[in-house]
Amino acid sequence: MNWVTKFYYQARRVWKAIGVYLVIAGPGLVVMVADNDAGGITTYAATGAKYGYSLIWFLVLLGPVAYYVQEMTVRLGAVTKRGHAEAIFEGFGSFWGWFSLLDLILVDWLTLVTEFIGMTAALKIFGVPGWVTVSAVCALMGFMVLNGRYWTWEKVALIFCALNLIYIPAAFLVHPSVKDVIGEGLIPHFQGGFNGQMFFFLMANIGTTIAPWMLFFQQSSVVDKGLKEKDIGFGKLDTIIGAVATVVVAVFIVIVTGTVLNGVDIDDAAQASKLLMESHHYAGEFMAIGLFDAGLLGAICISLASSWAFGEIFGWAHSLNNKIKEAPWFYLNYFITLISAGAVVLIPGAPLVLITLFVQVVAVTLLPAALVFLILLLNDKKTMGEYANTKTQNVINIAIVAVIIALSTLYGISTLFPDMFG
Amino acid sequence: MSLAHAIQTMIARNTEKVREINRRYARPRLVMSPAVRWSLLCLRFYLLFLVGLLAYKFITLVVH
Repeated sequence: MNWVTKFYYQARRVWKAIGVYLVIAGPGLVVMVADNDAGGITTYAATGAKYGYSLIWFLVLLGPVAYYVQEMTVRLGAVTKRGHAEAIFEGFGSFWGWFSLLDLILVDWLTLVTEFIGMTAALKIFGVPGWVTVSAVCALMGFMVLNGRYWTWEKVALIFCALNLIYIPAAFLVHPSVKDVIGEGLIPHFQGGFNGQMFFFLMANIGTTIAPWMLFFQQSSVVDKGLKEKDIGFGKLDTIIGAVATVVVAVFIVIVTGTVLNGVDIDDAAQASKLLMESHHYAGEFMAIGLFDAGLLGAICISLASSWAFGEIFGWAHSLNNKIKEAPWFYLNYFITLISAGAVVLIPGAPLVLITLFVQVVAVTLLPAALVFLILLLNDKKTMGEYANTKTQNVINIAIVAVIIALSTLYGISTLFPDMFG
Repeated sequence: MSLAHAIQTMIARNTEKVREINRRYARPRLVMSPAVRWSLLCLRFYLLFLVGLLAYKFITLVVH
């Protein structure tokens, strides 16, 4: 009888923990899955097409990298109850504050344009005109925020996160060899040797793993959701699950393109979808649906990251729990960012390729600063108390941040000087 | 109220808001330890380097 009682209480404890997690889950999962945005999908599709399964091990390594960086925002947000923009203003003064805020607004807007490029390209495959896609996306995102509840917004975003897993059935449709995936993919090696082009692809994959908006978004999201110090454990778990999900999606995209398009040079994910459709119709369609969903998730998070940051600094009401009358500037900022980015894609002859390239360059002006600020703020024992970085966390985080800064900078520079890596 | 007046008022209000933000965050709250100072200095050099590269790219594009 004793073991039955023990089992009952243990099961109740686990069930209760799952319940608490489900309440707290959201920011980490959403930001990590949204990390696989339209640009990310293109990078993974191109990586699989170029190098087959051989870089899967590298993508697996990027999961812990993303987790270690993002979990810092969970602690910072839960302890300070401030978003990243406000934390920078307060911690480092107005010069670095304005620099970060204005750079964030520019990077976010440019990235948002690339999300719309991805979404319109994806739905064009199904014959949907660009203006219909842009209007529908703006209406949907308007509906998501205007109901005046963070909870509803988050749950709708989680549904789109689940749709991101469409690449898993797509991979089964193209019948990859499990033996090859494990044999070639999980043993670290560089197919064809380590050369300039390989380096470029590694940089591109790292560049898509951590984007500036992710730091700002997750911290503000943690604050808007109202997470407290006691919730940090679950916040970290949420981020771990998100990191696993983002790696799984990336790996399955590589498996799809590595199986069907191995050796083909891919310029964007929409092109990959069309090529896939020639031999595996449904896999190609799934790829296109996934691309649209990735762009949508990216757009959902990025537009909010900007509005939250502005609201924090200008002292406007800036919560999704506010109605439009209570936070007019917050929502105005949100819709201006969203609609203007969508409108750019519809302008005939707009320099969309240039914008896509420019995003990488502008991002490297903000990412290193945001990461350095994050590490410094997490070492402020006066504010962070027991949640400040430990020595081990500092060693890991500083190493990760140094590598990210070096490689993302080289990636940005290689965009400016394309012949740099051969 | 004319449109010009409305715009003028809005600009004046926002300029005052920016001044207020600058006053509020004039002094960094973080203790400027050697590590913090060194990190911020490195960041300034890094940004100057990037701006230099962008300027170089822009000039070479215009010249050619």
